Amino acid sequence: MRPVYALLAKELRSAFVSPIVYVVGAVFLLVFGFLSYVAVSAASARAIQLMQIQGAAATLNLNDLVFRPTFHSSAILLLLVVPILTMRVFAEERKLRTFELLMTSPIGLNEIVTAKFLGVYTIFLALLALTGIVPLILAVYSSFDWNPVFTGYLGLALLGGLFVATGVFASAVTENQIVAAFLSFGILILFWLLGAFGSLLGDTPAGNTISYLSFIEHIDRFVRGLIDTKDLVYFVSGIVLMLFLTYRVVESQRWK
Amino acid sequence: MIDVRRITKRYGSHTAIENVTFSVAKGEVLGFLGPNGAGKTTTMRILTCFLPATAGTAHVAGFDCFDQPMEVKRRIGYLPENPPLYHELTVTEYLTFVGRLKGLRGADLTRQEDRVLERLSLGHVRDRLIGNLSRGYRQRVGLAQALIHDPPVLILDEPTVGLDPKQIIEIRELIKNLAGSHSVILSTHILPEATAVCQRVVIISGGRIVAEDTPERLSAQLRKSEKISVSLKTPPADARDRLRAVAGVVAVFESQEPGAFVIECELGRDIREDLARMAVTSGWGLLELTSVSLTLEDVFLHLTRHEEGIAQGSRLAGPTASSAEETSP
Repeated sequence: MRPVYALLAKELRSAFVSPIVYVVGAVFLLVFGFLSYVAVSAASARAIQLMQIQGAAATLNLNDLVFRPTFHSSAILLLLVVPILTMRVFAEERKLRTFELLMTSPIGLNEIVTAKFLGVYTIFLALLALTGIVPLILAVYSSFDWNPVFTGYLGLALLGGLFVATGVFASAVTENQIVAAFLSFGILILFWLLGAFGSLLGDTPAGNTISYLSFIEHIDRFVRGLIDTKDLVYFVSGIVLMLFLTYRVVESQRWK
Repeated sequence: MIDVRRITKRYGSHTAIENVTFSVAKGEVLGFLGPNGAGKTTTMRILTCFLPATAGTAHVAGFDCFDQPMEVKRRIGYLPENPPLYHELTVTEYLTFVGRLKGLRGADLTRQEDRVLERLSLGHVRDRLIGNLSRGYRQRVGLAQALIHDPPVLILDEPTVGLDPKQIIEIRELIKNLAGSHSVILSTHILPEATAVCQRVVIISGGRIVAEDTPERLSAQLRKSEKISVSLKTPPADARDRLRAVAGVVAVFESQEPGAFVIECELGRDIREDLARMAVTSGWGLLELTSVSLTLEDVFLHLTRHEEGIAQGSRLAGPTASSAEETSP
């Protein structure tokens, strides 16, 4: 398994010397911070309102007022951020012809795909961990239930994994990075909107199936503090499927 | 060490190579010559397991390129046409990465790194970013990458492209030194390079092998007559006729330079002595007398341009060449 680690280390090294990670990371953290600031401001405005009506200090549920909206919005934010992180993984190697080196080295294609996925996923998890500053600061000035926050983060981590796997797949399809990024936007937005389309069909088998395919429903339970096996299966199988498709796409390119 | 049998590769309806057969012995340097688009790179990509062949088999060090790609890849060092370099890494970082990818580790890796850095005189740029290196250095880093795990088989796609003349000589020396312990396939369209480095040459054109032999024998086979160039200081007016009269001479051509002649004589007959004696005793002022041999360049142009000529003109390489014959009218 040693070559996998070599490739993973190289992926991380390359990512951290490229400006993309820093720019995308900064924008992501800024927007996440802003989203939570808006949510906190809205919550404190509510608190002042309630105090005026009831005349006493109201206890507000910060989990509902701050974390849920923030997590929901950041799911959509990730949809825009992750494709930029993943767009280069395969496309760049193909463009610069370095892919020939990987493919003629004693490392399996499954190992290449795994290392590529883990490389971006590690960066994603690092960025996500940095947003932990928001609950930490809030914990100093208020009290809330930590458990739904943890499950929310677990959900975002799984969601990010699915997005990264999708982005890696899109990057394997083309050697143009812009095309790769746009393709993964397209796929992810489509899966996002499937939720709305599914609920339009109502409680029918078709409607339920389509709703199930959308990640919105699955992330929602995590954000509300529920860890359902159904959702775990959804994300893990989604990641595996996307990586399998990546493997197939790269493999098939050799035969053309 | 390398055994390629009747390999064909088609991209859709386009046939890149057809029925290519050749082999490379242990320690041999084989030159792969051909115009652009002849199928050199495709053949190399099949050997390195980058592409699967449509038909035929390829073995490297006894392992099948299709069934046992991992074993083959472990034993091959490959320098593609465009050196596969990561511009954001330093030379050392890059070589460490490739070394690990090839399965080297620990002290072994460090030792091999130092060895290739020294061998390709890259020591003084070892901590520089590859992106900041000149074309020649990048090419050498590419070569270092192919050598890092000291593979028994080396496949080099135009290894001297972009190098200055001094570096080209260095790289050729390096490849010559590799011969004996390594089997090397080297593609090039620089013909003197093949003559300088390779023990055997395969000429490929339009996806088929058109000839295979040592560079010397290839030029000898194509020669239908001996040619001698003579340069005289004070040739008499009837010099042409008098040269023509020497026994064995077939034809005499006057060159553009005054006093210079090209004399064609029967194959296998050396008349230089007779010519010299005649020129000296007649007092023509002999300035130069050389036998003109066909360069590989001539052979190459001949083979890739006039394919019909080779069918009669030279002994052709084994079974592949005969397939070339079958199809040419």
